[in-house]
Amino acid sequence: MKYVDEYRDGKLARGVAAAIARDSDPARNYALMEFCGGHTHAISRYGLEDLLPGNVRMVHGPGCPVCVLPVGRIDMALQLAAKPNVTLCCYGDLMRVPGSRGNSLLRAKAAGADIRMVYSTLDALVIAEAEPSRDVVFFAIGFETTTPPTALSIRLALKRDLGNFSVFCNHVLTPSAIERILACDSDGVRIDGFVGPAHVSTVIGTAPFRRFAQDFAKPVVVAGFEPLDVMQAILMLIRQVNDGRHEVENQYIRAVTEHGNRIAQAEVADIFELRENFEWRGLGQLPDSALRLKDAYAGFDAERRFALDDISASDNPACECGAILRGVKRPAECRLFGTVCTPETPMGSCMVSSEGACAAHWSYGRFRDHARRKTA
Amino acid sequence: MCLAIPAEVIELLPDQMARVSVDGVGKLVSVALLDELAIGDYVVLHVGFALTRIDPEEARRTLALLGQLGAEVLA
Ligand code: SF4
Repeated sequence: MKYVDEYRDGKLARGVAAAIARDSDPARNYALMEFCGGHTHAISRYGLEDLLPGNVRMVHGPGCPVCVLPVGRIDMALQLAAKPNVTLCCYGDLMRVPGSRGNSLLRAKAAGADIRMVYSTLDALVIAEAEPSRDVVFFAIGFETTTPPTALSIRLALKRDLGNFSVFCNHVLTPSAIERILACDSDGVRIDGFVGPAHVSTVIGTAPFRRFAQDFAKPVVVAGFEPLDVMQAILMLIRQVNDGRHEVENQYIRAVTEHGNRIAQAEVADIFELRENFEWRGLGQLPDSALRLKDAYAGFDAERRFALDDISASDNPACECGAILRGVKRPAECRLFGTVCTPETPMGSCMVSSEGACAAHWSYGRFRDHARRKTA
Repeated sequence: MCLAIPAEVIELLPDQMARVSVDGVGKLVSVALLDELAIGDYVVLHVGFALTRIDPEEARRTLALLGQLGAEVLA
């Protein structure tokens, strides 16, 4: 596939790996956090950690939207789906995320709730149009990448006069989460630099990351999702750390600009506003970290339309997702990993999405660890 | 969910929709978030929407740089 295969070339990857080995200083450690689930997936799938020197460690950050959604919001969605007239539409990744008491959307569906997987907000609109007697609710989650499609669905629903369509909004903001991680740098991890998100940056641009580079003196390199993109970004970060620089650099120049997609930004600004607070799994309540619909679009806001109350529920106490999302622990350090908790029977959200740290480690990393132990 | 893929624009349709090809497989997507799109452009596709255009010149530069990095060290 064009713009994919060439960025997976093994020979080029070995070249970049050699440059990383040459430029990294053996006298120090580099802890680099990739924020985005897409990067976590690429690092695990292509075994990039094997190409890095031992003193360069990748810390998996909280950039998987399914993984940071707290149990309470799943419980709220389950409440919605339990209403007899509601058809709940959601992205496939959400179906198996555990809510309270082992419940999930998949289980609720099996028990008769009208829950449908959609690929796009446009599919949810088609359902609302075709079935006017149903209250169609789109379960919206995701970072800045997924928000513009939700905004457009509301605009289209307004235009087509679809009074039976609404959105259960759980959109969250990348910069708030990065800020939180930097603020709790004290609880065990010290991050030397960030691999910045790929597709989030196509929308918001590289400019919003300048604040972190300046205020927290951390380098940020925005990178594409292919393995060579990630390798090049790692090299750029190592060079910044060595030089004592903390700048925002852009590796993903073929798709990301400084100011991002202004049309998408305008759509989002028109429909949504900041929530004062929103709970993130593993990170707690974060101020100004999520969006809700503006009053002008209250009719499309499922929370208001169905008078949903906030639910705060706790994670399975043995699940270490919280510490993993903050980069303090690794998946294999959770005692449920691979025994009770697998992608078929996830106990926590990090095991659900293929972009989650636990699922990525389950699919790719554990064999590598095993091979490493054997050769050690 | 964050995974997004490059797709080639095959046909521009009414209502800000377009037919794209993902490795030969046709798909109907919204291009409402982009302006001045032309047939033959590559876009990054995410949950049924084209998010951004891929700049062929910058893509070529990145590849050239990647090749050069390795060549320097392995030479
Ligand atoms: S392995 Fe399962 S239970 Fe343990 S942290 Fe990961 S998702 Fe949670």
